[in-house]
Amino acid sequence: MFKRILKKPITAIFLALIFGFIAGALVLWAAGYNPFQAYAIMFKSVFSKPKYLAQILVNAAPIILTGLAVAFAYNTGLFNIGAEGQYIAGTIIAAMLGYFWKLPPFIHPLVIMVIAFLAGGLLAALAGWLKNRFGIHEVISTIMLNWVVFYINNFIANQPGVQVFGSVHSHEIRDSASLLFFSKDYLRSEAGRAFLADKPFLRDILRTALSWGIPIAILLAILYWFILKKTRLGYEMRAVGLNKDAAEFAGISVPKNVFLSMFISGGAAGLAGAVVVLSYGLYISILGAHEGYGWDGISVSLIAQANPLACIFSGILFAFLRFGGQLVQASIQAPSEIINIMIGAIVLAIAVSSLLPRLADYLARKEQSNA
Amino acid sequence: MLNVIFLGIAISLMYAAPLCFTALGGVITQRAGVDNIGLEGMMAFGAFAAAASAYFSNNPWLGFLIGALAGGILALVHGFIAITLKGDQTISGIAINFIGLGLAIFFTRILFNGMASTDALQRKLPKVFQSLGFNFEKYPALRALEIDITVVLAIVAVFIVNFVLYKTVYGLRLRACGEHPAAADTMGVSVSKIRYSAVFLSGIFAGFGGGAMTLAVISHFTPTVISGQGFIALAAVIFGNWRPIGAALACLLFGFAQALAVLLSSYTAIPTQILATLPYILTLLVLILFVGRSVPPKANGQPYFKGEA
Repeated sequence: MFKRILKKPITAIFLALIFGFIAGALVLWAAGYNPFQAYAIMFKSVFSKPKYLAQILVNAAPIILTGLAVAFAYNTGLFNIGAEGQYIAGTIIAAMLGYFWKLPPFIHPLVIMVIAFLAGGLLAALAGWLKNRFGIHEVISTIMLNWVVFYINNFIANQPGVQVFGSVHSHEIRDSASLLFFSKDYLRSEAGRAFLADKPFLRDILRTALSWGIPIAILLAILYWFILKKTRLGYEMRAVGLNKDAAEFAGISVPKNVFLSMFISGGAAGLAGAVVVLSYGLYISILGAHEGYGWDGISVSLIAQANPLACIFSGILFAFLRFGGQLVQASIQAPSEIINIMIGAIVLAIAVSSLLPRLADYLARKEQSNA
Repeated sequence: MLNVIFLGIAISLMYAAPLCFTALGGVITQRAGVDNIGLEGMMAFGAFAAAASAYFSNNPWLGFLIGALAGGILALVHGFIAITLKGDQTISGIAINFIGLGLAIFFTRILFNGMASTDALQRKLPKVFQSLGFNFEKYPALRALEIDITVVLAIVAVFIVNFVLYKTVYGLRLRACGEHPAAADTMGVSVSKIRYSAVFLSGIFAGFGGGAMTLAVISHFTPTVISGQGFIALAAVIFGNWRPIGAALACLLFGFAQALAVLLSSYTAIPTQILATLPYILTLLVLILFVGRSVPPKANGQPYFKGEA
């Protein structure tokens, strides 16, 4: 019984979370804060208002998507740590097409999301091509591409005509491109206020940027899970990831699958960029540092053990931790970077999760030799 | 013209030195068979520890050493995961990157009134000619050639690491652990001890690299002072074919790309943001040209299970 529990992936995740909270508590304590007070504030204040919970869903949507990006590639033996750059590519597409193109509502965001998916996908596929053609490890190439796209973003945001004069960001997207459930104008109008008058709960959560982003993220998670587990394409990709030579011997094209897997992976990250800009980002800015959606995606996917469906939950968990960290910083001034340390500790524990099945086997062997 | 060339050389060396320290760390750990993708985080933590301790002690040399030690301590965490627990080295490295930068900013905020950057140092590490008492009045053209002491230290470190790896028993054993740990084990070498020492050294060197950034190149820690250098150093290790001198030359090339970006931005009309992509594109180009020709250590990244050779 005990040995079976040890072998379940959920056990490893659960233990990793506990480890993360303990590590966070130790650092808080070392820095002179009361960890129990900090964690109590985190849980209590997050659940104090429906608005906060809605905000967590808003924040979760993009990192579920970048998490999916990393998870999909991971299932096929590739480590896409360029989700950050692919995300930026998506934001550039969304901000530019959202402002310069004039299209009817519904169609506008849809077209933008498709193109953002393509942009992120092609950027990642470039890393796949570099791996196929020249044998460059995707970890190095995607990191380099992250910085290239980062500076291209800054270049574009700095162009006359793009940049709002005297600011460090581009023009806001048109209302027709918005992904929000209800446009801000409607909510402020007579009709909108009458509609919300007797719905305090809805009124509260609509103060956030709650948008189609979260349903899109969930649908894509289901789609990616389906592709990986239920289609021939997914089977071939996983075969390449498990054993390249065996897959090749079975007649599966390794380069084609590496390229496609990176494309599908990067597409999700590009979509994440579009979701952020079309929901609440509204423009691109001259960046001083990476925003971190791609890096968070790596942790989201690792905590989900690269299962696309589990990414939904780990993305929400992650958004919860980050948001909670901000509330803790606001109330007792403990720096919110404590969350980065906790996340690092959780990922560290995930790195040794293979220990648990090994421990189970060891216990089983010991039992056998005793019997 | 001569002035510009001298300036170009000096800037190349300035940017190359931090990369070079870190790349040496990368060579050592990978030659011993432990992958370390967490160099970036160790650099960041080292950069913070160096800047903060130099600020409070007003002694940049002490800061440089404490920065190295900080990187080394973080590396031991990676070593414990990779060697003792035989966990996934890539995932552990990613975690170290989070923890390194997280700890650095967390403690910066605590020590510097909630700011994410440390205050500027009173004393940086010295410059070479200045500390030799060189008289620039006589040779004003040479002023552009003034370099940080860390450049000299990095060059010295390259030759020391090269000597240790190829001319000492320890170096031979270390390389054996990276190529064929089971054979090394059979010959009575403790694979885990050698690997622990290599991982620790890689953190020390990454810490030196971080310190070289915050104590010599700029004069304080900011959250973006380490922005991809750890990964560029890893690329330099590959490009340099896992040899100290090769990796150092690769770092010099990346430093040159940075210098080119700086000089071109002041002498041409090419937008700075486009020039800023130069080092990263150059890294990719270099890898395209050379990666097929370099051979990684055979056992790099694989945990060693005794008795399962």
